[in-house]
Amino acid sequence: MKSNGKRNTGLTINQKQGLTGWFFLLPAALLIFAMNFYPMLQALVLSFKTGIGNNQVWGGLDNYARLLQDKVFHTAIINNFFYLLIQVPVMLVVAIILATLLNKKDLKCKGLFRTMIFLPCCTALVSYSIIFKTLFAYDGYVNTVLTNMGLISERINWLGQVSTAKVIIIIALIWRWTGYNMVFYLAGLQNIDESLYEAARIDGAGPVKAFFKITVPLLRPTILLTTIMSINGTLQLFDESVNLTNGGPANSTLTMSHYIYKASFEYNPQFGYAAAMSYVIFILVAILSFVQMKVGDKR
Amino acid sequence: MRKLKNAGCYIFLTIVSVISIFPLYWMIAAATNNSTDILGGKLAIGTNFANNLTKLLEQQNVGRAFGNSLFYSCILSLLSLVVCSIAGYGFEIYHDRVKDGLMSVLLLAMMVPFAATLIPLFKLFTGMHLQSTWIAYVLPTISTPFLIMLFRQSARSFPMEIIEAARIDGLSELRIFFTIFIPTMRSTYAAAMTVTFMNAWNNYLWPKVIMMSDKSQTMPMLVANLSVGYSIDYGVLMLGVLICSLPTGILFLILQKSFANGIVGAVKG
Repeated sequence: MKSNGKRNTGLTINQKQGLTGWFFLLPAALLIFAMNFYPMLQALVLSFKTGIGNNQVWGGLDNYARLLQDKVFHTAIINNFFYLLIQVPVMLVVAIILATLLNKKDLKCKGLFRTMIFLPCCTALVSYSIIFKTLFAYDGYVNTVLTNMGLISERINWLGQVSTAKVIIIIALIWRWTGYNMVFYLAGLQNIDESLYEAARIDGAGPVKAFFKITVPLLRPTILLTTIMSINGTLQLFDESVNLTNGGPANSTLTMSHYIYKASFEYNPQFGYAAAMSYVIFILVAILSFVQMKVGDKR
Repeated sequence: MRKLKNAGCYIFLTIVSVISIFPLYWMIAAATNNSTDILGGKLAIGTNFANNLTKLLEQQNVGRAFGNSLFYSCILSLLSLVVCSIAGYGFEIYHDRVKDGLMSVLLLAMMVPFAATLIPLFKLFTGMHLQSTWIAYVLPTISTPFLIMLFRQSARSFPMEIIEAARIDGLSELRIFFTIFIPTMRSTYAAAMTVTFMNAWNNYLWPKVIMMSDKSQTMPMLVANLSVGYSIDYGVLMLGVLICSLPTGILFLILQKSFANGIVGAVKG
């Protein structure tokens, strides 16, 4: 790409630069097509086939009909939405409050607080799942402390009961991801002009009013970004379901991705059926992202 | 009045910080104690660290798994940063209608759940006999819409005059990118590096599927294996968990300042 003016091949400088741009973005674009879009199409074709392992025959809509009957899959969808509806709002609200507090001018030790709150994000997903599994085990730390303090008379089987197992997963998720989202809000807050808050204060608006009238509207793009990332992440939960509860008890914490993994790689591999399930996730993610963007873009 | 309000802030932030730190402290303490003490609720740093380490190294090939994870994650982050940053730069600096359109199409890939591409990718890589190789580990996630967008956004704030001046000086477009853009955007690169390395290191579903040989086992896989079974030695397990969290933790502590600055540049309008 030498900008050698004399041996011009008939292209203007603008065209030449446009071409350079294509060379720059081509590797990334091709990889996304080869590793995302193309497999996506293959999965669509696969979802119309039935059979075990590599013996696949055309089955039309059989897999999709089977999905409607599959109780385990329904449970997995409900589980994912349960996590989504409780965990995402709580986490994002806490993250935005933390960011607002850490953005206060007259607060000391900001850096220390920020680092401590972000640290959970540095643990590997497998690691933190195991930490929580061990803390909440039947003979684990939480039970030991609670019994020693006399708060409970009998050890609670946190991960062995349907109701508590779900709650533990949500607590673990909030612990792991709140700091991550907080960093995005902190970054967004840096771009808000301080004078807006000054003006609001002079007009007699308290901190709560300033939060709802200035912070929240101006953070809208960041809120949109974090919401889409969190929804996307929650619908694709895998590591936690596998390592914290192994989907149990009785599939009550099983997620869609975990079920797809089980259908594809455990017992008899049913690739076609798993592909059909994965399309359900795709459609759910797409619809939710679309709704988010429509709602979030309103100005 | 004002002081009182801030007191509330400090109390709230302290509580959140303690909740954030406690499980991590507990993990470190547990790595230095034996199973009985851990289950008994001991919180102090113990003396069983060397013993746990010996047992862990006897049971599992930690060196190999750690080395694998480090190797795969470094290659993946490096390739990913180069490929995505040059693409983001290309999309922004040379943008025209067609390129903007292509960018919107690529962003759709953000909605593609990994589970949906899992089986075709598995067939693709096993078909080419690339299972258990680093190529299979890195190729699916080198190029991500998120990173391209991050660099496109930060290229937007890069002054066009500098590029013009460099062109007049006779620098090629590629040289401008490597010798001017990259050094100027250090904090964006640090942010991208942190996110990419963490994702690469944490990767679990894909390696669990495609890294089939023992030789290619990664650290998260090793730790997950430690945690199943009837008699779990919690001291050994927590030491494994701790080792698995060290690289990402250290990387973050080193890069945290630039990480925060890089995200600021990325979420800007």
